[in-house]
Amino acid sequence: MPARVSLFVTCLVDQLFPQVGLAMTEVLERLGYAVDFPEAQTCCGQPAFNSGFRGEARAVGRHFLSVFGSADYIVCPSGSCTSMVRHHYGEIFHKDAEALAAATQVGPRVFEFSEFLLEVAGREDVGACWNGTVTYHDPCHALRELNIREQPRRLLRQVRGLELREMDIAEECCGFGGTFSVKFGDVSSAMLATKIAAIRRTGAQAVVSSDASCLMQLRGGLTRAGLGVRALHLAEVLAAA
Amino acid sequence: MAAAFHQRIQEALLDERLQTALYAATGRLMDKRKSGVTAQQCPDYQELRAHAHLIKRHTMENLDYYLELLARKVEEHGGKVAWCRDAGEVQTFVGTLAKERGIRVAVKSKSMLSEEVALNEALERYGVEPVETDLGEFIIQLAGERPFHILAPAMHKTRQQVADLFQEKLGGKREEEIEKQTRIARTVLRRRFLEAGLGISGANFLIAESGAVVVVENEGNARLATSCPPVHVAVAGIEKVIPRAADLALFLPLLGRSATGQPLTSYTSFLSGPRRAGDLDGPEEFYLVLVDNGRSRILADREKRQTLYCIRCGACLNICPVFRKIGGHSYPGTYSGPIGAILTPQALGISHEPELPFASSLCGACAEVCPVKIDIPKILLELRSEVRKTETRERRWNFEKLGFGVWAWLMRRPRLFELVGTAMLELLPAAGPLLKPWTEWRDFPHPPPKTFRQLWRARKAGA
Amino acid sequence: MAAREHILHKVRTALGRSAGQPPAEAPPAWLRVPEAGRERRVRAMLERFHGKTRRTWSPDEARDYVAGVVRGRRAVASPHPLLEQLGILALPEVQAVSGRPEDVRDACAGADIGITTAEYGLADTGALVVMASAAESRLVSLLPGLHLAVLPIDRLLTGLDELLTLLPDPAAVSSSMVLIGGPSKTADIEQILTLGVHGPTEIELVLV
Repeated sequence: MPARVSLFVTCLVDQLFPQVGLAMTEVLERLGYAVDFPEAQTCCGQPAFNSGFRGEARAVGRHFLSVFGSADYIVCPSGSCTSMVRHHYGEIFHKDAEALAAATQVGPRVFEFSEFLLEVAGREDVGACWNGTVTYHDPCHALRELNIREQPRRLLRQVRGLELREMDIAEECCGFGGTFSVKFGDVSSAMLATKIAAIRRTGAQAVVSSDASCLMQLRGGLTRAGLGVRALHLAEVLAAA
Repeated sequence: MAAAFHQRIQEALLDERLQTALYAATGRLMDKRKSGVTAQQCPDYQELRAHAHLIKRHTMENLDYYLELLARKVEEHGGKVAWCRDAGEVQTFVGTLAKERGIRVAVKSKSMLSEEVALNEALERYGVEPVETDLGEFIIQLAGERPFHILAPAMHKTRQQVADLFQEKLGGKREEEIEKQTRIARTVLRRRFLEAGLGISGANFLIAESGAVVVVENEGNARLATSCPPVHVAVAGIEKVIPRAADLALFLPLLGRSATGQPLTSYTSFLSGPRRAGDLDGPEEFYLVLVDNGRSRILADREKRQTLYCIRCGACLNICPVFRKIGGHSYPGTYSGPIGAILTPQALGISHEPELPFASSLCGACAEVCPVKIDIPKILLELRSEVRKTETRERRWNFEKLGFGVWAWLMRRPRLFELVGTAMLELLPAAGPLLKPWTEWRDFPHPPPKTFRQLWRARKAGA
Repeated sequence: MAAREHILHKVRTALGRSAGQPPAEAPPAWLRVPEAGRERRVRAMLERFHGKTRRTWSPDEARDYVAGVVRGRRAVASPHPLLEQLGILALPEVQAVSGRPEDVRDACAGADIGITTAEYGLADTGALVVMASAAESRLVSLLPGLHLAVLPIDRLLTGLDELLTLLPDPAAVSSSMVLIGGPSKTADIEQILTLGVHGPTEIELVLV
């Protein structure tokens, strides 16, 4: 019986970057997993939490916990959503014993995509092939809350035909930050401009990130600047064969 | 308030010269810090941070004991302690003291606290001329500005601007060479050190068991301010206390490395009171001004009390991608950068600038570099939650509140979520003006022909 | 008094503590004193000191070296027995400071060179520890443009940790202990380093 993983695609991927979800599915199936998609899923509650609306975050969080309560492995294309469940549910549910218990159960079973591949599936080479030069942007939550730094790079280095070029400021925030991107749009875009300049300095054809929110920000800036540099999710590169 | 905040931000972003200077200066300080905390330079770095956090926590949790001990020891060494509840009491104490002693000139070394309590303006009201002697502070005092950065108050000024300023305010030949500008400051300020009746310093650390004030610097102006004039007044927040002199073995290198990558600065002064009998020089009188000004209130909040652990190294400012764009003058209150973003709302109240906790992408870089492991992002999130609770309490409704209410309702109803989601994607092309906060700066993603859900179902059906 | 009690009361209330309540047990101080023989310490000190260094092997050598440094210039010195013993105070260019603090100040302000001893040296950072007393001045090492410090080799410690282990309470010994890690410097204008802002532009170490 192949091991079963449940996809938590995130609201952003579901609505705006569905190909990322498909790419994840392809890679996971290629590695021999049975992938399911609990259709009742919507969101982890992070946007509300980040905006200070803890009551609303709790309501949505409870829904998440009920949807994924019985999943063995939950794989997610976003470090920030993964961190929300693993680290922040404990904070927001500290007064709700039932939800807290559920969060304690589910938390350890949620994995960011690259984390899952390396640490659970134990694979660096996922049979991918992608010709071109690529630079990697570290999503802040994945990097700092989940300690995901090497995993995506190790996966990328195994992709046949791919040349990975390090950005000089890979760890600097792209400026998305949820509603920050629109509440402080001018600052967000200034941060984005700095990031894009760094991407250009690498001369890479594409920038890869493992969080769709960064993707939205980076792609939005790159296309506006008409630079012809693509912004891809890690899953999309790994799915290419 | 909010409009003024955004206005200041916008001005900073549009100032190209400032942007270049700011990014370069913070970048340089970041690199220096990095070189000071490498595995080779500082193999125990993570443990040191953890231990420093523990010591600060212990001290704050027993602060009353340590404050009493500190005061007793200061008095044992011949000094006096003035306890000040707020800015007004600090102003009154120092102003009155100066007036009683017939003091006309006071030389000051860098003290963010003195800025916080508006001491300079108060001194002037008492007929005392306050002279900032830290080069950066001297420059901005001449310019009539606030400090731009905890460590580098004049980070935003070019040598040309300094040349103009010196010529205008000090007279003499216009000099653009930084060496010459430094000489000018040295000469002008040397005179003031020698004539001043009062020296005012801050304190990087207050050593409870010793009754001592520790001042860390590179220029020598703090040494001069605390050695030349007959009266030395040290002003410090009550949170600056650490228990023992021995704790400096941990804190001094941690501060030094986090600030500029060096384990020891040019001068670290450990001052305990006025000069002792027989000493060749040094002040005759010493006063330690212990200031609350809202700190005891911050202390009361268990989760956010760690804000007081800050040792003012500036590392969080240098690494913050937001600070590196908006600069120190955009922030309301005395303190800028990530530490300012959590300190100011707690000190002045959330309503002072309710948007401040939201001016962050929560990237977490600040927490990573904080030498005493203050969880700044966590506190920002709590402050955001408090802003919302305040809005609810004051029955203030806004679009966001409404929006998230609806959103949360929707997110618990997957089929409705799907319906609404698909509908919104269809309407996207027409939504132009609504998307402006995003599209003003970057492109919005093309709505995909199908959502993931739809693709998944098709895939399953096909398979 | 009122303010003091008020502040302490607010602090205690914030912490849920009562007046006179003893503190919780403090985490230990972090002190790590490495093993290092004298020659290693000397080598490290000479390497890391931020200025000219001279190791001397006899009192005469020390005096002659300092005589060379002060020749033709005005120097002030702390009236320290060590400097006396070495014959440095007797050099014609050197004036030992004395009298009222204002006199000390004026003498220092008018000098090119300030000569002091150092109570200790910190080998790992190349720093000097100068402590104010009846024999050691604060201003001699601060006002003149060059500070020359004479340090006995056996006062060389491995670093700050050892200093604070030896001297757990510097306040018990002196009203002013200064760790001098280098010349006066600043990078406040355009982040460009300049020396000699307020304090000495140069420091020199003579090991005896």
